[in-house]
Order: sequence, then structure tokens, then C-alpha cells
Amino acid sequence: MKKTIISVLGKDQVGIIAKVCTYLAGNKINIMDISQTIVKGYFNMMMIVDANEATKSFDVIATELEELGKEIGVVIKAQHEDIFNMMHRL
Amino acid sequence: MIDINEVIETNKMIEQENLDVRTITLGISLLDCADNNLEVLNKKIYNKITTVAKDLVTTGKAIEREFGIPIVNKRISVTPIALVGSSACKSPEDYVTIAKTLDEAAKVVGVNFIGGYSALVSKGMTAGDRHLIQSIPEALSVTERVCSSVNVGSTKTGIDMDAVKLLGEIILKTAEYTKERDSIGCAKLVVFCNAPDDNPFMAGAFHGVTEGDAVINVGVSGPGVVKNALKRVKGADFETLCETVKTTAFKITRVGQLVAKEASKRLNIPFGIIDLSLAPTPAVGDSIAEIFEEMGLEQAGAPGTTAALALLNDNVKKGGVMASSYVGGLSGAFIPVSEDRGMIEAVQSGALTLEKLEAMTCVCSVGLDMIAIPGDTKATTISGIIADEMAIGMINQKTTAVRLIPVIGKKVGDMVEFGGLLGYAPVMPVNRFSCDDFINRGGRIPAPIHSFKN
Repeated sequence: MKKTIISVLGKDQVGIIAKVCTYLAGNKINIMDISQTIVKGYFNMMMIVDANEATKSFDVIATELEELGKEIGVVIKAQHEDIFNMMHRL
Repeated sequence: MIDINEVIETNKMIEQENLDVRTITLGISLLDCADNNLEVLNKKIYNKITTVAKDLVTTGKAIEREFGIPIVNKRISVTPIALVGSSACKSPEDYVTIAKTLDEAAKVVGVNFIGGYSALVSKGMTAGDRHLIQSIPEALSVTERVCSSVNVGSTKTGIDMDAVKLLGEIILKTAEYTKERDSIGCAKLVVFCNAPDDNPFMAGAFHGVTEGDAVINVGVSGPGVVKNALKRVKGADFETLCETVKTTAFKITRVGQLVAKEASKRLNIPFGIIDLSLAPTPAVGDSIAEIFEEMGLEQAGAPGTTAALALLNDNVKKGGVMASSYVGGLSGAFIPVSEDRGMIEAVQSGALTLEKLEAMTCVCSVGLDMIAIPGDTKATTISGIIADEMAIGMINQKTTAVRLIPVIGKKVGDMVEFGGLLGYAPVMPVNRFSCDDFINRGGRIPAPIHSFKN
């Protein structure tokens, strides 16, 4: 089962997680893990999600998340987990 | 479980340090297209390329999207055309029709370059080889995406000096044919010694005869990532410096390996190799010369540059070979002048000369690359520069190459604009002393001795 990593980067504000979670729930994407950190004053969040039940294609989901990010004023990226596994795990 | 800091690190490399996969190159064998009827041959070539490569660009884009890593170029390399066309082509003009077919096929499948308008003549030229070489100036001026290369020497065979002489003339003629566009035709022509069969990088890519029917080769990049990693170990000793280059190269190459495997699976075409070359672009922060500066040199070309390049190249390989099961192609740092902002600045300030560049090519891939020289340079002088570079490759058992651009109508110090990834370059001075009698001798330089190494 392939997992997707959603990362959010931007200025901290009320409701970022809520808005992203609402979108994910509406598209049958299950959140498996959430972590967050502040780097140099910027809000960084990472979600590990399972999008295998999602009805939309990866491209559509990634595009809609990017657009949602623009509405909130943060950068949202969706990427398959493999790029991180390959780079950081032997 | 993936850690948030790893996600941040990877995305920072991509977004701020220009990490990308430079090229997915699909190698296609055209040997089965050979025919003695030129029209049939062209038709077969067109059909094979447009069939095998039809999904290359869309697949590349899908991978880019899903992993969030830019794949800058999707390209094609084919069997050296001198071989494919030899029974059908009776003149240079006949070969030009194949160049046009390649150009058309490349355009239809959406790739920006197609390599393999090539001849392998390290020991001698057949009539077909000669015709192809003679057709290069026209072929590169009437096409947009076709790249050409000629292998004129190897460690096993020596150097074909007749081909070296001919290519000096051909390079000048190519410059003349494309003089309206700063002689850009020459940017698509590479002269090699020990050319690899599986190089994914243009302009020297071709699909060697030792290869299978089709293969996916991937070229990674990331000078910016290496530079930023070195920034974090400023002032540390050489052990730390080398270790940092190695670990960074490992990470970069793993991304290339992922993309290569994924492309191979989706296209159902075998994975060939990863080329571990650090390839710069004219963008700020994507420069090999800036890595030297980070290592402690005032500018590229300063004393210590050859040592810096040697350790960079060696440690990129050491890190890279662990990251991928199959490594090949050119694999080493590229030092093209026009495609690297830091190199351009070093030439402009007088820190970097043609002679220093030649010395640097002894320890890295690939050679004298993307160097603009005055348009009135003599053909024999160009041949002399080629001969020197080929000798370095032959003796040191490595690939070397020459991609010189004698810019018609331009003189030393003028700027030349090639555009896009090919960049821009100041015209560099060339040694004006004659080598006419040396080049005009004709014949071959014998293969070197393989013992008594010193």
C-alpha cells in the first residue's frame, strides 16, 4: 500500500489543519500520522495519508490541495512517500 | 516512518537548491530499420521512434507530479546514424534526410533533443561515416532538435587523425551554416574519445550497438545541493569535505534511481544506467564553479582548481555507486563554460583560461565543453585542440570530449547568447601558434601501451 506525504509550509494561522483535514475527509483520504514543527518562524506540517480509497486521481488531488493552499496562504504539496524513503532510508 | 525533518530537507533541496532529475533519456535501437531504400529507411525510423517513445513525455510528467521532483528533459538517443544509413545513403545529402526524419519524430513525441546523428570512427572511416560527417553542417542547420557526435579515438584503437582533421573543418562549416544564430549548430556537435554507449546527456548521447532494443537511462543533477551542503561544513578538513560530497551525492542519486526504476516500470522498457554527473545550469546556485568557491577558491581557475575538481568528481562517484545498482554514462562533474554562471564569471575576470580548462578535463568528465572561441580560428587549430583533448582521454582511459563554438563574426571578449539551458558565454582567446603541419600529416596515432604506467 503506497502512502502519500502531504506537507504544508507557511505562516502559522488559525484553522490550517482543519481546512486540510476537511478536504481530505471529503475525498476519502485517511490520515495516518500528523507531525508539525516551526522552522525559522514558519509553520511546517507533514501528514502521512492513505489515498487508496480516494475517487479522484493523484494529479487532481495534488492540484486541488495546491489551490487550497493558495486560498489559505500556505504552500501545500502532495508527494508519494517513495521519494523520501529512497533518499533517507537504506 | 518518515520523519518531518527528512521531508523538509528533501523539499528544500528541490525548491531552494535546484535539485532535479536532468534527463530521462530513452535509447532506441534503429539497427532493425536498416534498408537499402532511403525512403523506406526514413519511414521505418520515423515509425519506430514514434511508437517506442510515444508515452515518454507523459510518463515523465506523471512521475514528476507524483514525486514532486522536476524532470527537466525527456530525450531520445538512437543508434549511430552512420551505421543505420550506410546501405541507403550514397551522399551527405541522403544523410540529411535522416536528420530531418529524426527532427520530425522528436517533435511529434515532444522531446527537446534527439541524439545519435553520429559516427564511430576511432580507427577509420567507412564511406558512410565520411558522408555522415560531411553532412553534419547542413543537418544541424536545417534541424532544431538533432544532436550529433563523432567518436574519433579510444584507448584501445588510438586516434583517427584524419577524422580529427576533418572535424576541425566540419565544426567551422557548422558555425558558418548557423552564423545567424551565434553559430549554435556547434553547440549540438560533440567530438569524443572513448565515447560511452549509454550516455543520457546531450549533445553526445547515442544508443550504442552493445545496447538492447530500448533502454531507459537517467541523468541526475544537483550542484546546488552539493554547494549548500558544503556551506554547512565551512572551514572543516578534507575528510569532512569529502564525506559531505559523498553523502550528498548518495541522496541525489537515490532520487535518480527512483525515477529511473519508475519510468522503466511504467514504460515497460528496461532500466539501463544512472549517469552520476553533476550537471550545472546557467541558473544562480546551480553551478560547479560555485562549489569550488565554497571549497575555498576565490574563483574557478585559481590554483587548486584541478585538485578541487578531482576530489569533487571522485566523491560524487563514491557516493553515487552505492545509491544505484547500475551506474554508467559519463558519470562525473561537467564543466561547460556557457552553462555555468560561475564559470562564465571566472572567464570574464580572467581567472579561467582554455589551458586551465584542459588541465581540469584530466580529472573529470567530460572535456572542453560549450566554449565559445573567435569565429576566425583556423580549422587546423580547432583540430589541434581536439587532438590534445582526445590524447588526454586515450592515455588516461577515460571519456573526453570537445564541444567548441567558433562564433562567426565574434572576437575575444564578445558575449554570445545561446539561450535556455545552453546559456551564454564570453568568447575566449585561443593560442595563435600554428599546428598546420602536425594536423596535415594524416593517418592515425597508434593505441597507447597498456603497461609501464606513470
